[in-house]
Amino acid sequence: MKGMQGLGVLLGVLALSPALAAETAVAEATDPLWMVGLKAFLVIFGLLTAFAYMTLVERRLLARIQIRQGPNRVGPTGLLQPLADAIKSIFKEDLVVAKADRVVFVLAPMISVTFAVLTFGLIPFGPKDAFFGYDPWVIDLDVGLLYVFAVSEIAIYGIFLAGWASNSKYSLLGSLRSSASMISYELALGISLLAPVLLVGSLNLRQIVEWQHQNGWLILYMLPAFAIFLLTSMAEAARTPFDLPEAEQELVGGYNTEYSSIKWALFQMAEYIHLITASALIPTLFLGGWRMPGFMEQIPVIGGIFSLPYLWMFVKIAFFLFFFIWVRGTLFRLRYDQLMVFSWGRLFPLALVWFLLSAGVVAFGLPLSLLAWLSLASLVGFLVYAAVTARPDPKAPSRLGNRGGVRV
Amino acid sequence: MVRDPAKLHSPSVEAYEISDAPELKSEVMTLNVGPQHPSTHGVLRVVVDLSGEQILRLTPHIGYLHTGFEKNMEHRTYTQCITYTPRMDYLHSFAHDLAYALAVEKLVGAEVPPRAETIRVMLNELSRIASHLVFLGTGLLDFGALTPFFYAFREREAVLDLFEWVSGQRFHHNYIRIGGLKEDLPPEFLGEVKKFIAQMPYRIDEYEALFRESPIFYERARGVAVIPPDDAINLSLTGGSLRASGVDYDVRKAYPYSGYETYKFEVPVLYGGDVYDRMIIRILEMRESVKIIQQAVERLEAMGPGPIRDPNPQISLPPRHLLETSMEAVIYHFKLVTEGFHPALGEVYVPTESARGELGYYIISDGGSMPYRVKVRSPSFVNLQSLSFACKGVQMADMVVVIASLDPVMGDVDR
Repeated sequence: MKGMQGLGVLLGVLALSPALAAETAVAEATDPLWMVGLKAFLVIFGLLTAFAYMTLVERRLLARIQIRQGPNRVGPTGLLQPLADAIKSIFKEDLVVAKADRVVFVLAPMISVTFAVLTFGLIPFGPKDAFFGYDPWVIDLDVGLLYVFAVSEIAIYGIFLAGWASNSKYSLLGSLRSSASMISYELALGISLLAPVLLVGSLNLRQIVEWQHQNGWLILYMLPAFAIFLLTSMAEAARTPFDLPEAEQELVGGYNTEYSSIKWALFQMAEYIHLITASALIPTLFLGGWRMPGFMEQIPVIGGIFSLPYLWMFVKIAFFLFFFIWVRGTLFRLRYDQLMVFSWGRLFPLALVWFLLSAGVVAFGLPLSLLAWLSLASLVGFLVYAAVTARPDPKAPSRLGNRGGVRV
Repeated sequence: MVRDPAKLHSPSVEAYEISDAPELKSEVMTLNVGPQHPSTHGVLRVVVDLSGEQILRLTPHIGYLHTGFEKNMEHRTYTQCITYTPRMDYLHSFAHDLAYALAVEKLVGAEVPPRAETIRVMLNELSRIASHLVFLGTGLLDFGALTPFFYAFREREAVLDLFEWVSGQRFHHNYIRIGGLKEDLPPEFLGEVKKFIAQMPYRIDEYEALFRESPIFYERARGVAVIPPDDAINLSLTGGSLRASGVDYDVRKAYPYSGYETYKFEVPVLYGGDVYDRMIIRILEMRESVKIIQQAVERLEAMGPGPIRDPNPQISLPPRHLLETSMEAVIYHFKLVTEGFHPALGEVYVPTESARGELGYYIISDGGSMPYRVKVRSPSFVNLQSLSFACKGVQMADMVVVIASLDPVMGDVDR
């Protein structure tokens, strides 16, 4: 049975993971186990609540963009809408398609949501001992970034398996697209983060934040890496303009076509949790993490007021969530071959070149300011490029090599 | 390719490069899309043969919205038939009203007063704008952009409000009568139309800003599903889709009706023949429609009140007040209401330009009060046959976009 094999592999990975984590356990004093458990619970609880309200916020914001009201009937200004949605999705008929691979079909949404939840615990929300005398992160891994990647990639398997197990052609196309886009953006995503890691010299998210506190935000030195990571995060969360695995218009939901009830809701949950995690990861890596902008610390009164540990993290997360919703309200969807061309042909070389540049700076011990100047130069270069190509000439052929309309 | 219909409908699968790696087993996947599918614009069903995501062959299946309107019209008097006409193309319904009325008027030799003709032109162009707005909104939705839909429907709502005001109905406004109109425009109606067309050019700019300059839209639409001009003509493509392929044919210019020859407007022609041009040409047509409405409103204001129906008592109902004083009027009224008028023996076809292309009613009269046969040359039906041609070789994701760009209305297809 295909399903049982997959389950076996998965259980194996799960069984090994504590051992792997123990290998890399940090030497510093850690929180007692019950506290870690409590914090893990808080993270999951918080993420699920955030997911529920994220749907509401997204719908209201999209409605604003689209000159309409959005859900405002359930509870005061629609605040109970997520609750109503949750009740609705739980009580809907839970179908399993007759020809589906039953085990994998049920397992896929679980994989998707489980591995989506797992990464958030690494994000530091404040200085040591800021959480009532305990650390404001669930676990402090030295391989932090690697762990984040490993886990969030497994989450893609949820989508892939869902499409495969549904035994439906639409789902199959959706999961094929998902895999195709994954292999194309994943490389750019990974390489774009190599440069900051090289500069900081650590994979530990907490140390990356500390480095930024001492040297300034990484976005100043790593603007192209930041841009690539932002774009590929959208692809990873399957958001517009990279929402092709679930393209509603042509694939009727793609991999989740055959899913209903709570299983469908789990996929939605996974997608939004990916989004929230990405919104937390981007500031942690590039925008100083939970710390306020350096210059504000110098201002006497404001610096004191705004140095609350969680405030800045939440502000930054909210900003990126807003950004993702904004993009969804604005952009069109790419075709999957175009996404591949875009990732392989644009993002990947750019990430590689940037990585080589920063590696050179680090290797030859050149000053950091050089990287900042390079970032500025790349920004200027991009703006010039955007200005030149802003109005596509209606007569010109497609730039990404359009294969549509080929007379066969 | 088109000249050999057998080749068009059954291309040999072996002709395509299915896979570069021969040892890899791959097969053509046949995918059924529709009739319940979010992007087939109604109940169109297409069966596509896919190699990966590339479409090898596409076969549209129609008939899921068959209503028998044409057949039913054989059992209704010529006036009663007007109930059916707008229901075929529910987006540009006024064009169907107009096309039917023009055909019957030609059959019975009715004379439409100039005021009625001008009002017809004005409303027809308003309806065309509404139809193009739906095309634009839903078409861009198929590209994955949610927002333009709501902006397009905002102005469409304004047009529908105007129609509700003038005829009492938003979609199926049976406002046209044989020989004229049901009644005159409400007072102050022209003022509202003027307000609408005053802001419309800026709204159209807004739509353009929403999509035309988007590089993603450009990449998705440019060069996709090209229909060259000769193929477009061979496939009987008409309307905006034909003009996007570089063929300058607009019935309003070629065979003017309702006094269209007296209006100053351009027929936009683009030469790409792809999805991009088919989307853009509707924007340009809306701009021209605004110009026509502008001129029609000016004429109506200069014209002042006047008759809105052919005074011939054998075609039009007599005015209400005459029924109390004139015996003749009562008799005409009775005859018209109970059995309708009797056109002479003959057949008639009048082409018109609807938002989708050439639309005409072919009516055969056997001298009775009901048509012997009605055949609608509906642009959606004829344009749909270019779908399998246009979709050949495009990606699955582009298929919905190609359907949207050809702008079929299933009610118009199945009738």
